[in-house]
Amino acid sequence: MAGSSVSVDYADAMITTPIAAGDWLIVAPSLITMLGGALCLMLRKHTDLQPKLGITLLGVLVLASFALLVRVLDHGVITMVMGNWLPPFGIAVTADTLGATLTFIGSVVAFCAGVFGMKTVSNSGRRYGFYPFLLLLMTGVCGSFLTADIFNLYVWFEVLLISSYGLLILGNDRIQLDGAVKYGVLNLVGTNLFLIATGLLYGIFGTLNMADIAIKVAELENPASGTLATVAALYFLAFAMKAAAFPVNFWLPASYHTPNIVVSAVFAGLLTKVGVYALIRIFVLILPASLGYMADIFGLVAIVTLMTGALGALAQTEIRRLLGYLVIAGIGSMLAGVAVASNSEVATLAISGAIFYAVHSIIVMTALYMSAGIMNMMGGSYNLRKLGGLYQKSIAFAGVFLILAFAVSGLPPFSGFWPKIMLVDAAFKDDRFWLGAAILVSGFLTTLAMGRIWIFAFWRGGPEGTPDGKSVEVSGSSQSDLASGAIWLPLGILTALVVYFGIQPEWMIELSTQGASSVVDPLGYIRSVFGEQG
Amino acid sequence: METGVTVLISLFFMVAVYLMLSKQLVRILLGIAILGNAVNMLIFTNGRLTREIPPLIPAHLYTPETATANPLPQALVLTAIVISFSFFAFLLVLAFRAYQELGTDEVNKMRVAEPENDQTPPQGY
Repeated sequence: MAGSSVSVDYADAMITTPIAAGDWLIVAPSLITMLGGALCLMLRKHTDLQPKLGITLLGVLVLASFALLVRVLDHGVITMVMGNWLPPFGIAVTADTLGATLTFIGSVVAFCAGVFGMKTVSNSGRRYGFYPFLLLLMTGVCGSFLTADIFNLYVWFEVLLISSYGLLILGNDRIQLDGAVKYGVLNLVGTNLFLIATGLLYGIFGTLNMADIAIKVAELENPASGTLATVAALYFLAFAMKAAAFPVNFWLPASYHTPNIVVSAVFAGLLTKVGVYALIRIFVLILPASLGYMADIFGLVAIVTLMTGALGALAQTEIRRLLGYLVIAGIGSMLAGVAVASNSEVATLAISGAIFYAVHSIIVMTALYMSAGIMNMMGGSYNLRKLGGLYQKSIAFAGVFLILAFAVSGLPPFSGFWPKIMLVDAAFKDDRFWLGAAILVSGFLTTLAMGRIWIFAFWRGGPEGTPDGKSVEVSGSSQSDLASGAIWLPLGILTALVVYFGIQPEWMIELSTQGASSVVDPLGYIRSVFGEQG
Repeated sequence: METGVTVLISLFFMVAVYLMLSKQLVRILLGIAILGNAVNMLIFTNGRLTREIPPLIPAHLYTPETATANPLPQALVLTAIVISFSFFAFLLVLAFRAYQELGTDEVNKMRVAEPENDQTPPQGY
């Protein structure tokens, strides 16, 4: 610069071309939620203002992430490097179809939860920061989906985790403290494992940029070598813990039924899927060779997770705990997709099945937890033995529940059907018949578990002991809330999405296929990070 | 030099895992604190240890003259220290509150969320 005797060509170190205005959208999801969360935190004593502000910000988030998705579909993968340093030195934020799709669906779910929380979160819950925590949770979720730097991914995981702690203990009940201890300790150990693996990976390659690591791994002579195998095993354990795969799933059923129902709904929708997303990103994009020799372990874990989830769900009396196990069963299906992705011929099909399943699971699990909340409002309990006669109370709600029950079991014509077809198809093409069979059997057992809720909570006349043919009026826990649109609107939006993705799956299949090919064939991703010469 | 530190790190990991396998919540938390330190040292060592050559660039140059100590792991460790410290503080308070409410710090006896002898679901349809 002026006064300097050495002339420097900044183009060697920095990106000098101006950033296209539309590319700024890529930082919008994190920025909106982070600044919005800070604003909400400052205004946390204004309990009337909290829902308005929080829901508005979440609405803006939905719009921004939709605009980002449209931009990615129009322009391909987009990258922004922080400080304009040339990658791999600057921290890159990259949106491909996979990240943008999950960001969009996650934002929709968070918006619905924000609206639902208007009724279920009390004034003291608002004062203790429900909306700031929800917004900051979304900062972590969106950041994880969009970052292209592996240490940055760790930081977003921690942002997500600390906000989830805040949400989990909102209310400070005995049962919540018990659940939070297990959730807190095990998740912290999981992120520490992630950090160990990242440290080792940095030691091997000297870089943290995912695209850069992918290039360097591809250049290795022996990508299945010992050190890299350690890293791969640690990543698998860490993300399996985050995703609640067997045998590191125990924190989920211990904690997901303890917080406020809307918090459970958000957790069930988003948190475990971030773990699955990280598994896909790390193993398919960065360590495909490791996935090759670990595929059987992935497949085995997937089968056992599917069975644990489905059988665990059958053994529960408490609806929320039953749904917690169904979250685990869904994780098994997605893991099955990752396992099959080791075969490069069916990798795109398998990963697109896993992505579609993740989208389906985000929507349907949130909606199911919300309906569990409504069942409690109508029937006064979460216990299958004490519920009954809800069909008489609201036929429309019974219909919505039946749609969700079909969807989560993978029955047509709802959103769970298509990803299951893709996953089973991919598993059979890869000659992994056991894996395909496990997905189908788990779907069947899920149907039984959901059918049980339908029969006991909706179909029979009243709680346990009511004679056949008689009907008993059950009293709900908060009947007055049931008249509010804030309860029905979010459930309606999510159910509409379930039906839409079931009847018109082309759009989502297209999105997930594009998302899958951006990780299976990472050239576009790498080019976007490094510029065209990469 | 890395070898010596590696032995130390593995000792840290051993202690951390041993403590985390305990039934007492306080010991588990101490294990987590030590685990955090072990991870930090691991990242630090993975950046290769170079002594007494600070990453400073002389005023008339734009790049350092010789290989210097790697500053990046220090930045990473700093981030990780802040995060693990805040998490540890949170978990300590959480454990104390749990001890107040549940009257025990033994994890096997913390069965409020998942009671023993839980009701089975209704049999038959």
